[in-house]
Amino acid sequence: MGAKMVEFNGWKMPVEYPSAGGIVAEHNAVRTGVGIFDVSHMGDIRLAGPEALAAVQHISMNDASRLAIGQAQYSALLYPEGTFVDDVVVHRLGEGEYLLVINAGTREKDFSWVTDHTRQFNCAVENLSDDFTQIAIQGPKAANVLQKLTDADLSAVKFYWVTRGTVCGLKNTLIARTGYTGEDGFEIYVPSDEATSARVWSEILEAGKEFGVVPCGLGARNTLRLEAKLPLYGHEISDTINVWEAGLGRFCKMEKPDFIGRASLEKARAQGIRRGLVGLEMTDRGIARDGYKVLDADGRDVGYVTSGSPAPFLKKNIALAYVPTELAALGTELKVEIRGQGVKAQVVPTPFYKKPKKT
Amino acid sequence: MPFPTDCKYTKEHEWIKADGNNASVGITNHAQESLGDIVFVDLPKPGIEITSGKTFGSVESVKAVSDLYAPVSGMVTEVNGELATAPEKINKDAHSAWMIKITLKDPTQLNSLLSAADYEKFVAEEGGK
Repeated sequence: MGAKMVEFNGWKMPVEYPSAGGIVAEHNAVRTGVGIFDVSHMGDIRLAGPEALAAVQHISMNDASRLAIGQAQYSALLYPEGTFVDDVVVHRLGEGEYLLVINAGTREKDFSWVTDHTRQFNCAVENLSDDFTQIAIQGPKAANVLQKLTDADLSAVKFYWVTRGTVCGLKNTLIARTGYTGEDGFEIYVPSDEATSARVWSEILEAGKEFGVVPCGLGARNTLRLEAKLPLYGHEISDTINVWEAGLGRFCKMEKPDFIGRASLEKARAQGIRRGLVGLEMTDRGIARDGYKVLDADGRDVGYVTSGSPAPFLKKNIALAYVPTELAALGTELKVEIRGQGVKAQVVPTPFYKKPKKT
Repeated sequence: MPFPTDCKYTKEHEWIKADGNNASVGITNHAQESLGDIVFVDLPKPGIEITSGKTFGSVESVKAVSDLYAPVSGMVTEVNGELATAPEKINKDAHSAWMIKITLKDPTQLNSLLSAADYEKFVAEEGGK
């Protein structure tokens, strides 16, 4: 395939495909056409049984009782402190059957956490991470490509809903209209044996030729999710950052029955939030990178960059950063310390990129 | 692609092309290939002294920052201003996209650098790791 590989949490992962034109070309293909990603490093945990809903409700912050069968939601597993074990997508696959899609770097930790904290419920917890290869087909033309390969009617599947159908001859394949790019798109779950996943991958590339499909690596996945302000574990969210700080309150349903982390979040909210995640745009020449210091206008160290990069589609240098709430207002002038120099940046609205509304 | 034989090379993937006491410096085609899309270069101003083996600037691709190392010591006389607005020229032709021009402090320092053949061998060995 000619991919440039890197180590990522113990996985050999494609970072970019120089033959496809590299990160910028891959990124822009997803914004304007379609790209595909091998995201088999993602993990999957299945909870099934009469008390599966109660178990999911107990360990996650969003309200899973609102999910219809076939619907999915963004959520998170929290520590009692209200900080993050991981963020997850919860899919309701059936009556009393849920699938949690989790991050690569936290797979083992997540599975132990879910197992340990659902023992009191009558439900089975299964780690399906090694059973599936996840392939993401993303971009405004994703549906055109995938529709050629499946009998499922994709036009009937709304964003954050799932269906099942035959894909590339594989019966009963799970197809979710989800993604991590800020675009429309799908994630499909196929058997993880190498021959099958390689065959599906090349069939998608073949079917997508007429739409200009491009294979995309982790590099583009990161810049795409950053433009769309989608959090990455270990960056925007972690075991030391709480839900309010991360700005993910809309996915945290305090009014639903008690869940792990709720009490601490209640307290944190009453005490007031001292720092928050903001979007920065560099107004002077320079690129903010993960871990760089954020300075106030007088040069005082006030925060840090969680993710920073050139934004290939927006053609700006952008970053997400934690700063004190009094410096989080839109338009606030800040600086990012780049190789010893304070380079000017401004707090801007997020997400940096929003997909155009369908007409 | 063979590396130009009228240049000397460093193990940090810079090339230097000397003409008497003057030289131009850039990064190799191999370096631009490993970096990917180059989006930013940070170069010293004319008049700045650079020291052999020390960083004199940086080059950034979408995903990473890499330091630039001075192949030899000298003084910057000219900076390729075009690269500030069009850094992708380095991807297009790394060996013509010079970054800085310098006057050499000690031209004999060039003797310790790699020839094109040695550099090619070095890159091949590095890739085989």
